Amino acid sequence: MDRETLARLARLAQLELTPEEVGPALDDLNRIVALIDEMRAVDTRDAAPLAHPLDADQPLRDDIVTESVDRETYQDIAPATREGLYLVPRVVE
Amino acid sequence: MNGDESIAALRRGLLDRRYSAVELTERSLSRIDTANETLNCFITIDPDGALAAAAAADSRIARGEAGPLTGIPLAHKDVFCTRGIRTTCASRMLANFIAPYDATAVSRLAHAGAVCLGKTNMDEFAMGSSNETSWFGPARNPWDPGRAPGGSSGGSAAAVCAGLVPCATGTDTGGSIRQPAAFCGVTGLKPTYGRVSRYGMVAFASSLDQGGAFARDAEDVAALLQVMEGHDPLDSTSTTAEPTAFDGSGSMTIGLPGEYWDDLDADMGAVLDDATRELEAAGHTLKTVSLPHTTAAVPAYYVIASAEASANLSRYDGVRFGYRAESPDSIDDLYRRSRAEGFGAEVKRRILTGTYALSIGYYDAYYLQAQRVRRLIRQDFLDAFDDVDVIAAPVTPGVAFPLGAVTDPVAMYRQDVFTIPASLAGLPAMSLPCGLLDGLPAGLQLIGPHFEEGRVLELGAEYQRRTDWHRQRPHIIPLDTGGPGEVSNAV
Repeated sequence: MDRETLARLARLAQLELTPEEVGPALDDLNRIVALIDEMRAVDTRDAAPLAHPLDADQPLRDDIVTESVDRETYQDIAPATREGLYLVPRVVE
Repeated sequence: MNGDESIAALRRGLLDRRYSAVELTERSLSRIDTANETLNCFITIDPDGALAAAAAADSRIARGEAGPLTGIPLAHKDVFCTRGIRTTCASRMLANFIAPYDATAVSRLAHAGAVCLGKTNMDEFAMGSSNETSWFGPARNPWDPGRAPGGSSGGSAAAVCAGLVPCATGTDTGGSIRQPAAFCGVTGLKPTYGRVSRYGMVAFASSLDQGGAFARDAEDVAALLQVMEGHDPLDSTSTTAEPTAFDGSGSMTIGLPGEYWDDLDADMGAVLDDATRELEAAGHTLKTVSLPHTTAAVPAYYVIASAEASANLSRYDGVRFGYRAESPDSIDDLYRRSRAEGFGAEVKRRILTGTYALSIGYYDAYYLQAQRVRRLIRQDFLDAFDDVDVIAAPVTPGVAFPLGAVTDPVAMYRQDVFTIPASLAGLPAMSLPCGLLDGLPAGLQLIGPHFEEGRVLELGAEYQRRTDWHRQRPHIIPLDTGGPGEVSNAV
């Protein structure tokens, strides 16, 4: 992994790395990539991907309304709100 | 009452009115007050809530309406949402987060009468094996405060070990209950994936995360599991399987995976050989089994867990809850700086690793390959369980290491080499104390087939009736200190 790849990943993950963080992060991530590369040699031709450890399907509940939105409670813990809306920096000029 | 009684003994003491729930809670609070400065195992202590819950427990007992855990002090890992008490996940991101609801495990334990004393320290977002990634500083191992209590549920393990509470909750994604249980010399169970509802458990890796418990022995852990387990309509991955059955351990065949034992350090190997010989002496048969894909487990886990983490942690955006950077000048600046300042280095490494594994050009080679390896690892266990009832294994390669000793993230990841395979396979697995090495506890891992927690717990309880490793305590905080003298002399 090089600096360019790391910058792209950071952008995708909405993470900002300071110039001082980039070097150590690259070292660590390259060690981690070397670790995860160890499983690439395993012969998995006959193994289907397993997403759920019990190999179970996602059950679906009945399609009925079960929750009411308690906006006041949920917005109590928001960093900034006004009149029931979440405040963020201006997005549309 | 000396701080080292079983849940059953405390329950008898409460029902016989030898002490009240309020006295028991005051005693726990006093011990926490004495010990927490050294051990840092609690992030938040809730004396008012605990005393109110204890008073309610005393009323229930007086009315003859005691539940299975009425009046029993307990601590929750700070990954479980608790209404009205902050849930930090040991992250700056959630340092002031107060959940508007209780996790299902929390509400079930409260309904059974348990008294919550507070929230325990952990690795940030449960990512770590030493507690050192906590924003609040690491919890410390009561056997030697210069050493790690393990992670991620290190605060819960340390609090039970030091006798601050008789039991605590934890979560285990790749070993986060079993490894700290081994490092601190307490008993810890990771149930089958889906046994305990994940509702209200802050998500790390959703196909692996599983709630469980720490206590002084297997019987106490079983008592907690019976309250925590069961289907929850609020978590669609929670199981509809029958509750854990306890039908006597009988004579079992116990599998010893060659791949785990071959590379084991000689001292740890000798301790574990003693433990398995004890199981043999109890009438069980030992049999070597093979789990051929073991070495691929740690790499596959760090792809899957990191990929799921990168998706789960995308919710922390500085908008709806959690940390927000000062004076953002655009929405992207708000996202990026809130996340950069709110997450610690290990969490960022996992998010970046997961983003890499899921990105175009790498998805097949990493994410899909890891999921295929996961199937092979699960099949290894299913094949082994054709021949044996339970698998016995080490929990950790060594005993608790000094804080600051493991600085390479990959070396830290490899600490979980013996716990990760059962996590990938979704199996129930328990850690129980089985010896001391240089004065520090070592753990024996018992792994069962899916939904066979009962078998694992009964075998563990049988082992603990024959040994006293689970009763060894470091006595860093003498067990008879703390609390009113009249109460400590009551038993």
